[in-house]
Amino acid sequence: MVPLLEAVTAPHGPDRYLEMLNPMWSLREVRAKIIDVRQTARGSVTLALRPNGNWRGFRAGQHVAFTIEIDGVRRTRCYSLACSVYCPDGLLELTVAAEPEGVVSGHLHSDAGPGAMVRLSQAQGGFTLPDDRPEHILLISGGSGITPVMSMLRTLCDDGFCATDRAGRVTFLHYARSADHVAYRDELAVLAAEHPGLRLLRAYTRGSGGELAGRFEPTHLPSLGSDAAAWVCGPAGLVDAVRALWDCTGISVPLQTEQFTAPAAALPADDGEPYGEVRFTHSGRRVANTGATLLEQAETAGMNPQFGCRMGICLTCTSRKTTGSVRHLHTGELSTEPDSEIQICSTVPVGDVAVDL
Amino acid sequence: MPPNAPALTPEQCEAFGAEMDALRQRIVSDLGAEDAEYIRQVVRVQRALEVTGRGLLFAGFLPPVWLGGVAALSLSKILDNMEIGHNVLHGQYDWLRDEALNSQTFEMDIVAPAELWKRSHNFGHHTYTNIVGKDRDIGYWILRLTPEQRWSPYYLGNPVYAALLSVIFQWGVMLHDLEAERVLSGEKGWDEVSSDAKKMAAKSLRQVGKDYVLFPALTGPLAPLTFAGNASANLIRNLWGFSIIFCGHFPDDVVTFTEEEAANESRGQWYVRQLLGSANITGSKLFHLLSGNLSHQIEHHLFPDIPARRYSQIAEEVRDTCRRYGLPYNTGPLHRQLGSVARKLVRLALPGGGPGGKHTETPATKNQAA
Repeated sequence: MVPLLEAVTAPHGPDRYLEMLNPMWSLREVRAKIIDVRQTARGSVTLALRPNGNWRGFRAGQHVAFTIEIDGVRRTRCYSLACSVYCPDGLLELTVAAEPEGVVSGHLHSDAGPGAMVRLSQAQGGFTLPDDRPEHILLISGGSGITPVMSMLRTLCDDGFCATDRAGRVTFLHYARSADHVAYRDELAVLAAEHPGLRLLRAYTRGSGGELAGRFEPTHLPSLGSDAAAWVCGPAGLVDAVRALWDCTGISVPLQTEQFTAPAAALPADDGEPYGEVRFTHSGRRVANTGATLLEQAETAGMNPQFGCRMGICLTCTSRKTTGSVRHLHTGELSTEPDSEIQICSTVPVGDVAVDL
Repeated sequence: MPPNAPALTPEQCEAFGAEMDALRQRIVSDLGAEDAEYIRQVVRVQRALEVTGRGLLFAGFLPPVWLGGVAALSLSKILDNMEIGHNVLHGQYDWLRDEALNSQTFEMDIVAPAELWKRSHNFGHHTYTNIVGKDRDIGYWILRLTPEQRWSPYYLGNPVYAALLSVIFQWGVMLHDLEAERVLSGEKGWDEVSSDAKKMAAKSLRQVGKDYVLFPALTGPLAPLTFAGNASANLIRNLWGFSIIFCGHFPDDVVTFTEEEAANESRGQWYVRQLLGSANITGSKLFHLLSGNLSHQIEHHLFPDIPARRYSQIAEEVRDTCRRYGLPYNTGPLHRQLGSVARKLVRLALPGGGPGGKHTETPATKNQAA
């Protein structure tokens, strides 16, 4: 049936016709409908999504590439799933922090409503719990880094992992600005009350009332026995601090980390000297940004990317910029969007840039 | 610049280029939701026409239904190739980040594979527009369309070749991308040819399979009628595409360039060459839509990657700027531009050039002389 559908709908493919009937219909793509949007803590919004039948499930701690159309333009961001892997109502949950000047997070906070259709990748990422669980699980998170460890905690609770004090133990160490900034504050309290094996440690960097205070320091850690493992997710500062402690004190407990990169900051007008580093991720080459076009810098680095007109019209040199900002030579336009296609013959890097070449 | 082109000083050329850059910038920074909605709406109309056309042919034993099916399918193919396909493959909608409208992933309902089409069209034709010997679209190596092409007795068949090409235009476009002349000159190796040929075979088999095997078979006893209907739709699209495209660069007064004339040109000179090498067609909104806005060939060649719906919005301003610089702006109704191309095809079948000798005299040269 599918090959026949493919043949009669060539060259566009069945999805391009199915979606005309119902935007959720697709043979392969995961699409989801936003069922609910709720403000859950200061600066966080929680989405409930119902995926179509192409969703293949996930492991606690994994993330999805989430694509939403804003003013007709598709924007993609990676968000961790926060729900238990058993998601009883079949709904997926994402909690998104508002970034200053964040196009997508800003839209989700102020404009998105139930009923909108979004696109999802299948779940991805290796920041997950093993099937064979250690006796003591330490989950550390900062800010919106709470989402993947929340998924782990909910999954563990659903499993009955820390249901009694004789079963497994979970220590949930979370850093936030204040109690108001903790997404899942009430649910965490309920879970802790119901699960004797769960210990909550909340540290507020700018407020009082937590079990701990200030930023991460070694004394915040509980004592870890021989059968323990730790997961940490949060901003680079927290993840680096935890990893550094592990590295210098030689803690033998396995540690898995995940950090989110801050979105590209707004950049000043391009009047200064070129700075930063250009990374060609496919070939693994790195060069100091000379301010020349990406194509010229790639050629100077001994690479041989495809090109045609060398003036930005024929698109032969189109490549994927994964991170960083580039400025268009003719228009001066700045492109800061991650994972976007650019013409390397007519764009120059502004600061650190990674291109898939 | 060729002798029949208006003589701008290098400073004037740069000033003209700067104005074009500024105009481009204004449009690019204004792109948004309306452009997105527009192209998605055109796609919805095209898909609806396609489904309607295919559907009607299931009742094709009734002559009016058959005609309606062919009409809907022809319009679908015309919209798909012109306003959607050609423009999407120029990257006009890449900024939407929608893979269904992205120049790197889109395929047109035509036998030529997008990858090869982009190579010869976006790169070859749009970079070297109207440079004799470099723009492979001048006559497609079959026709004589400028007196600069040396005459040989072969060209006596010029009008006949053009008529035949218009009938099989989609196949002509595909084979054009094989770059036969580069193969003969040894510039293009056989491994490259065989890789291109494989892509062409794959795409054209899918297209032929769909139009001439699968859909006829699905209509059972009506197979011959469906076959004829699909062939008619492809033919109508071929004739239409050929007519629009030939009016873009081949009417009289469009300027061609030698390699020397276009060597080391500045950005301003590049803009001037695009302008002098293109011609517009006047018409209604519907006509512009069905031509994929290639009726605004001049604006398209100045700004090939700006969404085509914008061309009509800036046409007046472009024309005005040309007037200020004493540059010609070639435009006219379809019958006049097409008639001009037809007369040229006949005239250039014979040795020599146009009525004015080697170069036809343009209004611009007259202005200058005056």
